[in-house]
Amino acid sequence: MGLDSRKMAFWAFIGSECLLFGSLISTYLVYKGRSLTGPFPHEILNIPFTSFSTFDLLMSSLAMVLALAAVQRGDMKRGKLWLLVTALLGLVFLGGQFWEFSHFVHEGLGLTTNLFGSTFYVLTGTHGAHVTVGVIWLLTLWVQALRGKLGPANAMTVEITGLYWHFVDVVWIVIFTVVYLIQ
Amino acid sequence: MSEQAHATTGTYLRVAAILVMITLIEVGIFYVPTFQTVLVPVLLFLSAVKFTLVVMFYMHLKFDNRFFAFLFGGPLLLGVAVVVSLLFIFYGAVRLRAGS
Amino acid sequence: MKSWLTTTDHKRIGLLYFWTAFGFFLIGGLEALIIRAQLARPDGGLGVSAETFNQLFTMHGTTMVFLALMPLSAAFFNFIIPLQIGARDVAFPRLNAFSYWVFLLGGLFLNASFIAGPLFGADRLSVAPDAGWFGYANLTSRQFSPGPNVDFWLLGLQILGIASLAAGFNFIVTILNMRAPGMRMLRLPPFTWMTLITQFLVITAFPVITVALVLLMFDRFFGTHFFVPQGGGDPILWQHLFWMFGHPEVYILILPAMGIISEVLPTFSKKPLFGYTVVVYSGVVIAFLGWSVWSHHMFSTGLGPIADSVFAGTTMLIAIPTGVKIFNWIGTLWGGQIRFTTSLLFAVGFIAMFIIGGLSGVSHAAAPSDLQQTDTYYVVAHIHYVLFGGTILGLFAGIYYWWPKMTGRMLSEPLGKVHFWLTMIGMNLAFFPMHFSGLLGMPRRIYTYSSDLGVAGFNLASTIGAFLIGLATLVFFWNLLRTRWHPITAPSNPWGGATLEWAIPSPPPVYNFTVIPTVESRMPLWQTERHAPMPALPERPPAPIHVPGGSWWPMITAIGLPILAIAAISRTLPLVFVGAAVVIVGIYRWAYEPVEM
Repeated sequence: MGLDSRKMAFWAFIGSECLLFGSLISTYLVYKGRSLTGPFPHEILNIPFTSFSTFDLLMSSLAMVLALAAVQRGDMKRGKLWLLVTALLGLVFLGGQFWEFSHFVHEGLGLTTNLFGSTFYVLTGTHGAHVTVGVIWLLTLWVQALRGKLGPANAMTVEITGLYWHFVDVVWIVIFTVVYLIQ
Repeated sequence: MSEQAHATTGTYLRVAAILVMITLIEVGIFYVPTFQTVLVPVLLFLSAVKFTLVVMFYMHLKFDNRFFAFLFGGPLLLGVAVVVSLLFIFYGAVRLRAGS
Repeated sequence: MKSWLTTTDHKRIGLLYFWTAFGFFLIGGLEALIIRAQLARPDGGLGVSAETFNQLFTMHGTTMVFLALMPLSAAFFNFIIPLQIGARDVAFPRLNAFSYWVFLLGGLFLNASFIAGPLFGADRLSVAPDAGWFGYANLTSRQFSPGPNVDFWLLGLQILGIASLAAGFNFIVTILNMRAPGMRMLRLPPFTWMTLITQFLVITAFPVITVALVLLMFDRFFGTHFFVPQGGGDPILWQHLFWMFGHPEVYILILPAMGIISEVLPTFSKKPLFGYTVVVYSGVVIAFLGWSVWSHHMFSTGLGPIADSVFAGTTMLIAIPTGVKIFNWIGTLWGGQIRFTTSLLFAVGFIAMFIIGGLSGVSHAAAPSDLQQTDTYYVVAHIHYVLFGGTILGLFAGIYYWWPKMTGRMLSEPLGKVHFWLTMIGMNLAFFPMHFSGLLGMPRRIYTYSSDLGVAGFNLASTIGAFLIGLATLVFFWNLLRTRWHPITAPSNPWGGATLEWAIPSPPPVYNFTVIPTVESRMPLWQTERHAPMPALPERPPAPIHVPGGSWWPMITAIGLPILAIAAISRTLPLVFVGAAVVIVGIYRWAYEPVEM
């Protein structure tokens, strides 16, 4: 077909991830309102805080796309900068998740406390694990760039990293709406 | 690369601004009691818009070969169908049996 | 030896898949024979215990589905697809090797459970999975399955899932992106088409079972209640998630075999596949509809009349494209110059047996009749007619067809015919009576039955049939083995086939094609109305062809996965870090390895 094989494989992978997260979101939604005990979502979810996380991840997607544009035109100085910014924004998101989880546990919502806890932590935890892999991936690219091994010739690597990162952002958009806003 | 046109930095910034605005609207709707009845469809619609913007512009699907859209779109629709059908099976039946 | 461990050559990987899968097929067959020996007589049979019996049917199903049938199909995906599309290898050769090693290690991990009992303080040697190949909740909960058996099952399947997913992405890209010039989509050989469709099923269905197994793992390891009623969980959710995977899975199992039949019948009828386009579109429709029928496995769970009707309807619908294919195969044979080679015999056998399996399937589609049939031996009859009479006969047809290409040696036709007839008699004797014992009320998965049930005669017949299958398989195994001592004398095109794999020597040189051909028709090697046969390819490549060397990293990365599984099953946290480290280091070294093209 004359398309880049890695890009094609990656879009297929992202397609399969739709089924992965679709199944997890289904489980969350099917068990919504069926917890035998509290805490319940409306008691514990913090919308302002999570809005900030959402904003953070959206900005990280912007940083990612600016990183790719920079690398594609050979501006490695900006490329390195935006890659690092993306990774840092990802770390901020993870920090927020970590804080949120600790806070919830402190408030009495553990993994096994009730169905809300189980479905919430598994869904957002899987997403968080994906963000973690993304941050490691981005930092790896950043280090590669520092070593002068990244440039317009291998911009496809950055593009694919971007696809992964944006997908992770897009999954969060769905989670934010379905878990936090629609209670 | 097989893109025909290319989005500019300006486009990316504009998309970012729209994403932030939509998020603010979503949070706003969440807090305003008047909108409670339409909360779910409006939120679903707004998040779908955000989803589409990120996929079309940041993931470049708008400008890339249409095949990538098929590779992603097919499984995406399937994923949505999985969610909808499970919801219907677990809750639709309940609503119907309740005689609505 | 080292070259086999580091190989990234699709042909070698195909052979590795073949022999490994065949080995697991024999193990799965042995499990079946013990089951049948036990059931030959009522009221206790041979004295096999209930627990042992549960392990036997669980491992038989799991082994046959995941370790035999899928990998045997994969052997052909690997060896044949690049040849059929005129490519030198798959899109991602190292990922291809990775898939094989993960499969091997996953299969070993799963079967290790047979001797791992002492390691877990069990009072028996074997702690093999024992909750059925579909692991229904909440039998699989920690409460009702306290031992490591189900842990072996869920961890083993997770490992195997990774192998299948990786291969799925690989073959989708290969088939779409690496075709020879002129090889338009509607010129693809039918086997390649069916494989492409199958891989789309794989990459969409496997994530669902991945989630189901993760939820089960969390219930068993961390105390969640996803499928535990006392905590609000619903065991039916497991069934939905499992069968959302499980139904596409059975199409994953049958479509490749249908593809093989669509290759074998034209070659031995000297006629093109009748209605090629319709056959291709039917495959697409089957895959698409295959996603809409899953709850027909759940008619007895109280879904309600609407769900029951919807799923009954979609299940009946899917019989249509399937029937279409059958008519097209018959149409291919009709009026052809038929050569009754062993391969063709198995292909014809496939059509007949699959029709029978399809008919019992249609009777399952009607929810009311299914309520009588479900969980009885009637279903066992159905699944074995479609999976043995269908997939396995199809795979045998493929083996007899492509063995010369893969090894350069011909299989013995007389032995092949003995194999065929023994198999046909054996399988019908084994599985046909099960329609009756099932309708008379013999449940599935029972380790013995009362003589009062009146099915002892049927069971005895089934057992004799099963042992006949075993005998036939030994004949087949001997046929394969004896070719090792033969010289490599098979011609490029022993059968007069039409597709590109027959244009190159048997076995092919490492680079496959001296020159990548340009394809002008669906049947490049045949004279058709509009096209002369493709001219012969040069004997030697015009310039030296660089073939990428092997790599250690796929295998090394793969090893990290069973280490993680062992860490989980033995609750050894440090080992988790070891396993993760192996995977991570493996991936980094893999990524930074210079890619030779």
